[in-house]
Amino acid sequence: MLDGDEIKRIQEKVADWDKKTQGQLAKFPERRKEFVNTSGIPIRRLYTPVDLESFSYLNELGLPGEYPFTRGVQGTMFRGRYWTMRQYAGFATAEETNKRYRYLLGAGQTGLSVAFDLPTQIGYDSDHEMAEGEVGKVGVAIDSIEDMAVLFDGIPLDKVTTSMTINSPASILLAMYIKVAERQGVKPDNLGGTVQNDILKEYSSRGTYIFPPKPSMRIITDIFAFCTKETPKWNMISISGYHMREAGCTAVQEVAFTLANAVAYVKAAVDAGLDVDEFAGRLSFFFNSHLDFLEEVAKFRAARRIWARIMRERFGAKKPASWTLRFHTQTAGCSLTAQQPEINIVRTAMECMAAVLGGTNSLHTNSYDEALALPSEKSVQIALRTQQIVANESGICDTVDPLAGSYYVESLTNEIEKRAMDYIGKIDQMGGSPAAIEQGYIQKEIQESAYRYQKEIERKERIIVGLNQYQSEQERPKGLLRVDPIVREHQIDKLKKLKAGRDGGAVRNSLERLKKAAQGTENLMPPILEAVGVKATLGEICDTLRSVFGEYQAHQTI
Amino acid sequence: MMAERKIRVLVAKPGLDGHDRGAKVVARALMDAGMEVIYIGLRQTPKQIVNAALQENVDVIGLSILSGAHDSLFPKIMGLLREKKLDDVLVVAGGIIPEEDVPELKRIGVAEIFGPGADTNDIVQFIKGNVKV
Repeated sequence: MLDGDEIKRIQEKVADWDKKTQGQLAKFPERRKEFVNTSGIPIRRLYTPVDLESFSYLNELGLPGEYPFTRGVQGTMFRGRYWTMRQYAGFATAEETNKRYRYLLGAGQTGLSVAFDLPTQIGYDSDHEMAEGEVGKVGVAIDSIEDMAVLFDGIPLDKVTTSMTINSPASILLAMYIKVAERQGVKPDNLGGTVQNDILKEYSSRGTYIFPPKPSMRIITDIFAFCTKETPKWNMISISGYHMREAGCTAVQEVAFTLANAVAYVKAAVDAGLDVDEFAGRLSFFFNSHLDFLEEVAKFRAARRIWARIMRERFGAKKPASWTLRFHTQTAGCSLTAQQPEINIVRTAMECMAAVLGGTNSLHTNSYDEALALPSEKSVQIALRTQQIVANESGICDTVDPLAGSYYVESLTNEIEKRAMDYIGKIDQMGGSPAAIEQGYIQKEIQESAYRYQKEIERKERIIVGLNQYQSEQERPKGLLRVDPIVREHQIDKLKKLKAGRDGGAVRNSLERLKKAAQGTENLMPPILEAVGVKATLGEICDTLRSVFGEYQAHQTI
Repeated sequence: MMAERKIRVLVAKPGLDGHDRGAKVVARALMDAGMEVIYIGLRQTPKQIVNAALQENVDVIGLSILSGAHDSLFPKIMGLLREKKLDDVLVVAGGIIPEEDVPELKRIGVAEIFGPGADTNDIVQFIKGNVKV
């Protein structure tokens, strides 16, 4: 960036300053002997132009909306419009969650994000024995298209975009969404939103898998093929680092493992005969925003640059839209403390700012009481207001990528890219991320990092305010949200009525057709749409697929 | 002198949630403290947990759950343990368990609940101090 003479002069100056500083250390020692961030990257005392000596602005950064997109995927970023404020929500029945959605939209939220309960995510109807104690607990219970219709009652699906955190049964929930939109008179090509549909991170960290990897990858590529043709505005996958980070991995590992999974999906789709430029623009991503502010900003910037390079250089994508990494962010749930929960508001605000300075396209901010329970209406409002304050009051949205050019931030962005690429290279050598997961490699890497982090806290090498320092006795907050076990009874009643009132023959035929499709190579989406339309339940559809594909058996690593 | 028998611990996740960071960190800490740990993983039914405890002849069971299903699953586990005459097995739990649920869980025999932010050294100490070997 600077000419050679200038760099030389700075180098000499820095060397002098270093000597002087060293001399003072005996008298004024630093807080720590070594400063290392969570990714294991050593942090120097000072960053200067010397650290960016071989840095090429045009190669490494470029301009916003242009390759390699380090500075953002749009030209004007938040000067044009703010990110989508999208709070993940869902609990109990479709009726109750519908009320919460209307409340959130009324409060200025700009998109919906559906949390499903665990039986829904694992493909059990509410009356299944495995669903005992779980119905409506961590999300909304959806057994059939009728629940889905209630969930979006009075919400115009051509006006809002909806993100659904659903993986193994993603095709079924997407089919239900399309059918409910149809009832509202909205065509599939007008639907905007996302299904998470990212099975690989379920095996490595999140745990809601159903089928073994091979048929799971086929279900995913079937969704890709279907969405490319029928729902061109729909993001057919959200490749997620969030959950791996929550499970304990570092910022570098989050980028590396997410993009390694993304490579696997692109490969699978290309192998299935899809043209990379036809689908790559509909891939979306999902990251965590953790506590180390500048490391997080650098992480988001590095992720965009790596993905652009992978798509252009490795997969030969030609369209700029195929090179862009568009992502949703959620602040780090695992950074919240159950101790002095109100101070989580501050943590979340910092993490929110890191995501915005990293150029996120959509954001969920956590509620302060989430280490204790599902968020209450009050705490959700504070969380949403946090985003609104950052957007409207902080001033950080008025220019694009304001931290670019910081010697530290650019050095860190480079270092994260380098270390993540080392991981991706290693995973490639193992045969790609599905093989690395099968060998337990990714799981072990995540666990090691989680254990190290925990030990650092216990040894007080890492201070968490209110937890291992500055503790104070405090009453637990009142008014925590609790889901009534009666929800399961309601769902079971609804299922009985549904089964009594539908055309049983049509259901059987549709499931038979789905079974044949699963046994062969036909795209699974059309038979699933048919089954959903004649009111087959989520559990019935998943059981049909289980009968053909079998179930995944995890092997345990500690 | 006879070598002291290692404390055997079964670590399991009842219910359907996949949050196993805590379970795995605790399992690892117990191993580092010299215990033998059998981790059986996610989605374990009460029956599977109690059968594993019986087969593995464990002294301690560690349950981790974050979904909120503890209120219906823990009583089943404790009931089955009594049925199989495993009353002397020390049961500890962790995860997201509301404070107001703790007295009832202790009444049915869960020895201690370790919530978010618990120190693994405290868990080790508790087990060593309360296990009946």
